[in-house]
Amino acid sequence: MAPQLPFINLLAQPGGRRRQDLGSFEYSYQAEITNVYPLTKAEKLYQLQLIDPEERRRFSFLPGQFVMLELPGIGEAPFSISSSPLHHGDLELCIRDVGNLTHFLSRMQRGARVGISGPFGTHFPVENMVGQDVLLIGGGLGIVPLRAPLFAVLENRSRYGRLDVMYGAKSPADLLFTYQYDSWRQFDVNLAITVDRPNRGWRGATGLITELLKERIAKADFQPATSFAIVCGPPVMFRFVCALLTEAGLPMQKMFVSLERRMHCGRGKCCRCNIGATYICLDGPVFDYWTVMNLKEAI
Amino acid sequence: MIFATFSKKELPRLFDLLAPNTVVGPVQKGLDRAGRPLYDFDVIYRFQDLRLDYPTTIHSAKRHFLPHRESLCTFTLQGNDWEKQVDYNVYKPVVFFGLHACDINALNKLDKVLSSPPYPNPYYTAKRRNMFIIGQGCQPQPQCFCRSMGTDTALHGFDLFLTDLGDRYFAEILSATAYQFLQKIITRPPTAKDHDRYKEVVTERNQQFQTTVDTTDLTKLLDLEFESAAWQQWGDKCLSCGTCANVCPTCYCYGVEETVDLDLRGAAKTKYLYSCNLIDFAEVAGGHNFRPQTATRLKYRYYHKHRGFVEAYEESLCVGCGRCGEACLAGITVPDVLASVRALGG
Repeated sequence: MAPQLPFINLLAQPGGRRRQDLGSFEYSYQAEITNVYPLTKAEKLYQLQLIDPEERRRFSFLPGQFVMLELPGIGEAPFSISSSPLHHGDLELCIRDVGNLTHFLSRMQRGARVGISGPFGTHFPVENMVGQDVLLIGGGLGIVPLRAPLFAVLENRSRYGRLDVMYGAKSPADLLFTYQYDSWRQFDVNLAITVDRPNRGWRGATGLITELLKERIAKADFQPATSFAIVCGPPVMFRFVCALLTEAGLPMQKMFVSLERRMHCGRGKCCRCNIGATYICLDGPVFDYWTVMNLKEAI
Repeated sequence: MIFATFSKKELPRLFDLLAPNTVVGPVQKGLDRAGRPLYDFDVIYRFQDLRLDYPTTIHSAKRHFLPHRESLCTFTLQGNDWEKQVDYNVYKPVVFFGLHACDINALNKLDKVLSSPPYPNPYYTAKRRNMFIIGQGCQPQPQCFCRSMGTDTALHGFDLFLTDLGDRYFAEILSATAYQFLQKIITRPPTAKDHDRYKEVVTERNQQFQTTVDTTDLTKLLDLEFESAAWQQWGDKCLSCGTCANVCPTCYCYGVEETVDLDLRGAAKTKYLYSCNLIDFAEVAGGHNFRPQTATRLKYRYYHKHRGFVEAYEESLCVGCGRCGEACLAGITVPDVLASVRALGG
């Protein structure tokens, strides 16, 4: 036998792009920024397209899943997909200019190339919500991941019952996707919006999102037994909204929340998003409220 | 399992047979302030440098398969376009000579997270597949509580395991490669006498453990005592320095950073090991920190090791090597913390 031990070169072994493949770990799709829409002072909507047509066609995700967006040399961070699952590799990400990576991104223009890996994580089970009323409750940036299930429901509108979208923002200037409100309403969405700090021109509701929810619950046609709720927003909002819904009789396993954590890999390896044994990137970010209640320090 | 015995004189020959490869083993690295020798795992070129009598090392052998800093990929940048080059940073097999059972078990535990689906980590897996491990029986040190954690013996995850029977070694052979190497030195099948001597040596060694941890219903206990005052007491002592994670054989948390070359034509993505005790471990964009207090971070570390990992893999992530307690500047040890949580209650 040779004195040298045999060398096993994993890189030389052929690999596809399946999740289990070692080669997929550091693989990112190349994507081009096709359009940038400024939504507010800090948030912009980025439309991305996977460059390879085959990858674009095969890229599929479920509402609520996220991707890791990589800017070579700047960094990598997780972002919820905010577009319709039907559009495959034509993605929309709504991103606030808040840190190093997002600030660099905010200065990028159409035509720039970025890296996308994913999609990762669990999703809002819209397939189980067929035939039922759907409540989408978003606070602040929470409306961003809610757009994916909203589109998923709108594209199969006839299969679902009443669709409510409740959205709370700090001020009228912070409202996202204002250009789409009319079209949502046309597709039979009951859109209710509230702001904390109204300006002079504001004619809508003011106050916390829980007020909108209380109004909705008080109505006769609110049927907790045949409803699903999806809640996205700051942790403090989860607590109050989910408590209200529980009180109104909505079962905990029919309420879904999306949690936010720091992530450096998105693949259950860096441990940054870990809560005990639960990885937000693998077991989440979408959890039903019962699971969240059982997670220490989750919200 | 296949067993063999061979004379101690044969060990240098086995080393020489393996020497054409990179060999990592315990070496002495100077003395501490009290004049006691300090040991670490390093690359070895001569058999004389190998200190198989080492009690334990300051660091685990982690840096040879989970380096503190490791390049994940590089980029070539050109205008708007870029290309990614991935390298797993493994070019040759590495022989690990003289790992104790705790460190072998640490590897087995890391395999469960790092090499498992859905996203096996190729950087670790590639290095792990190219390891040849010779384990060695140890002398329990005062800080060792591996017996309480069930990691005082290694059942798999090595190629060859040696137990010192005085003038000879008792070898457990686990791989074909190890078997073939042993063919080249003088060995003999163990006799009934060797078996008896082996059992004697093991029993004697097992009686030397001084530290124990009561792990009865530990997962339940940790769940119940989540709000225990004990956490705050230890949190007040903890310096949040991350030394425990640095020396731990199973701490694998990491962060990723990217840098651009000065000529803007290239960029690199580097992974660096992190610690859940460091203040910004769970800080997210916008500045919200999910674990801002020292006590919650310290508690989280224990929860991950002793509860979360058990939930996922039916075993604790801690191997009881006691390195974190020895290295801790504030004198926090795992047996003390777990005992106080048990004693103090809520």
